[in-house]
Amino acid sequence: MWRFVVGRLLQAIPVILAVITVTFFLVRVAPGGPFDSEKAVIPEVKAALEAQYRLDLPLGQQYLAYLGDLAQGDLGPSFKYPGRSVNELIAAGLPVTAELGAYALLVAVVLGGLAGVVASLKPNSAQDYIPMSVAMIGICMPTFLLGPLLVLLFGIHLEWLPVAGWGDIPGDKILPSLTLGAAYAAYIARLSRAGMLEVMSQDYIRTARAKGLPEWQVVTRHALRGGLIPVVAFLGPAFAGLLAGSFVVETIFQIPGLGRFYVQAAFNRDYTMILGTTVFLSTLIVLFNLLSDILAAWLNPRLRAQYGEA
Amino acid sequence: MPLLSVRDLQVDFTTRNGRVTAVNRIGFDVEAGKITAIIGESGSGKSVACYSLLGLLPVPPASIESGSALFDGRDLLQLSERELRQIRGRDIAMIFQDPMTCLNPYMTVGNQLMEPLLYHRKVTRQQARERALELLAEVGLRDPESTIDQYPHQFSGGMRQRVMIAMALINEPKLLIADEPTTALDVTIQAQILGLIAELQRKRDIGVIFISHDLSVVADIADEIVVMEKGHVVERGDRQAIFEAAEHPYTQKLLAAIPAGSKAPVEVPRDDLIQVRNLCTWFSQGRGAEPLRAVDDVSFTVQRGEVLGLVGESGSGKSTIGRSLLRLVPVTRGEVLFDGTDVTRLQGAALKQMRRRMQMIFQDPYASLNPRMSVYDTLAEPLLLHGIESRKTVEQGVLRLMDDVGLARAFVRKYPHEFSGGQRQRIAIGRALATRPEFVVADEPVSALDVTIQAQILELMLALGREYGLTMLFVSHDLAVVRHIADRILVLYKGRVVEQGTGDALFNSPREEYTRQLLQAIPGRGLL
Repeated sequence: MWRFVVGRLLQAIPVILAVITVTFFLVRVAPGGPFDSEKAVIPEVKAALEAQYRLDLPLGQQYLAYLGDLAQGDLGPSFKYPGRSVNELIAAGLPVTAELGAYALLVAVVLGGLAGVVASLKPNSAQDYIPMSVAMIGICMPTFLLGPLLVLLFGIHLEWLPVAGWGDIPGDKILPSLTLGAAYAAYIARLSRAGMLEVMSQDYIRTARAKGLPEWQVVTRHALRGGLIPVVAFLGPAFAGLLAGSFVVETIFQIPGLGRFYVQAAFNRDYTMILGTTVFLSTLIVLFNLLSDILAAWLNPRLRAQYGEA
Repeated sequence: MPLLSVRDLQVDFTTRNGRVTAVNRIGFDVEAGKITAIIGESGSGKSVACYSLLGLLPVPPASIESGSALFDGRDLLQLSERELRQIRGRDIAMIFQDPMTCLNPYMTVGNQLMEPLLYHRKVTRQQARERALELLAEVGLRDPESTIDQYPHQFSGGMRQRVMIAMALINEPKLLIADEPTTALDVTIQAQILGLIAELQRKRDIGVIFISHDLSVVADIADEIVVMEKGHVVERGDRQAIFEAAEHPYTQKLLAAIPAGSKAPVEVPRDDLIQVRNLCTWFSQGRGAEPLRAVDDVSFTVQRGEVLGLVGESGSGKSTIGRSLLRLVPVTRGEVLFDGTDVTRLQGAALKQMRRRMQMIFQDPYASLNPRMSVYDTLAEPLLLHGIESRKTVEQGVLRLMDDVGLARAFVRKYPHEFSGGQRQRIAIGRALATRPEFVVADEPVSALDVTIQAQILELMLALGREYGLTMLFVSHDLAVVRHIADRILVLYKGRVVEQGTGDALFNSPREEYTRQLLQAIPGRGLL
């Protein structure tokens, strides 16, 4: 098992290195720079700024210097927030975004999993069509539409929940979590439905029925574990996706999270901030993928044996 | 009074093409203390009839139209799902065909085994576990203490079927329904499982329904036999009556399908098409581990126009030899001379040229045909790839192949799922013959088929062999089948040849102990 984990971590290094390289050169290709603004800046000041942030060096040297800092865990200074490092900014935004992501994931798993399992028990009936149609709408509807709609309904018409903020008023975490989790809930509903349908047609389900077990025990004891493995495998990428994709929700609900820093950094050409967040998020994606693979293997004795040997 | 008495049972299925009557007003009795066999080919309704008794059919599409099934004074067909559940797994238990898929891969064997006991009886987990251990020992699992907490994938097919049997018997049912319990197993394992079922039945004096497509399988164990065809019971009787005085033509056809007799040997000396010298095919088992010697220093020759049979159980290396000859697996050492050329050294274009002359037919016609290619595409591909036909003439070539393998030309645009198992195997044979090969490796080509279909496919292969002047390597675990088709037979055990000779010589005077065991394992030996 450890060999498998270490092997996967080693494989991740070239992946992340490739991400860094591509991002590093890609942001430089984008027109404009961090210190271009509508106001004219005195050339000497601009030169001094560029020298301070090593922007005067040839690109190759900048790249190597960045890698050198990165190896020591230093993501560099932010170009737009003077005096603050990218590490500090990520550390400030991450807890909020991680909390939002965790709640959204909870929403996604509970709502999606439940809907999928319920739908799979009576395929091609109303019990199947209704949750699956809702799920389809969930997949199709973008967050920037769903968020305002939810705000309109629960915040303004019904006045049940706050319309914005994070941790200021009780209940203000509900709508953002729902909005962010909805699309993932829809995916998970479809995955768990497909997984359960597949498992429920297996011969060992017939064996369980032949034992005289009541249907709910057949589902919970024999089908659920195998049926939800595809969902578990999806959780890793889903959580990473939630973190990386939270900026729309953070913007709609005025939440001071990582996502908003990320998008602002892109607009500001804040090179180190863009790079830092990208490196950080891609590392998270790799880690969460590994985590969900381990979880899936733990659920499946056959895979467990394979990884045990590898 | 019989233990189970079925009368007038009719089961219909609603399909896209309308209603189909799968079981048509049948009746049969099962006596306590006897084994009743229900025999028929795929689609005869034998399994559907038994599943309907226990409420195991999906409703819809299935519906029970009429009938009664008296068991212990109660009509199973009138019981509610709740009442039926009390009987399922407690009074009536089942064993299914494929032990590879019938056990839950996510639960330990012990937990699955204890489940019916914990659910139906008031016992503690500790008591259930002790009972499970006793039963595992009784069905012949070595060292139950250490295997009970293992998962199904750690067991072989035969061992899994033993676990299934233990699971069925754990509540001491009055009736055991065994649905083709040995069809997915090697002949030697099959003989063991048949013996086990008969022994457990005698010891407990319970009733058993044994469902099979193969009369020879039940020849040694059945007391009563019910023959089904297309939803009807066509004949009923005790074992003797069926085997010695079958009246219905369908029963006679089933009896005739049992492979018997051996091919007349050819006396004319012929030259060797294939010479295999010291062939070794080893598989690496990871760093530091001893390699698996699947084929270990095997030498033999195949004469031009001959059918050479390779017999052995799973893991004997018989399939690996076939694959090694065709270079489908890397050969570790040794030579394979095909018409004087060493196949193991060929590369690139020369290898492709050689592949045209050597083809393979696989075991499972469900898995070996691409489900997204029509018959036309499947057959046209090798014809075009090897330049045997041009774009203009390929259609004629495909239709000729269809004629040769006995498929109607009208089926040419259909896809594999629209065919039965036997028809699919005909397509697979057509695909193998498309390149006009001189040599064909047939790897268990009839093991997945019903006996009646098996007989047809064997006849087809013999006829095509003559017509095309084929040399064939016929691989099977079933000595009776091999004797029927092969001129000479090699018996393999653990990667080595232990005996060779003509079919008659092996049957009448086997020299090796292992050959004798294989002969003992053939079901219904008395019939041969």
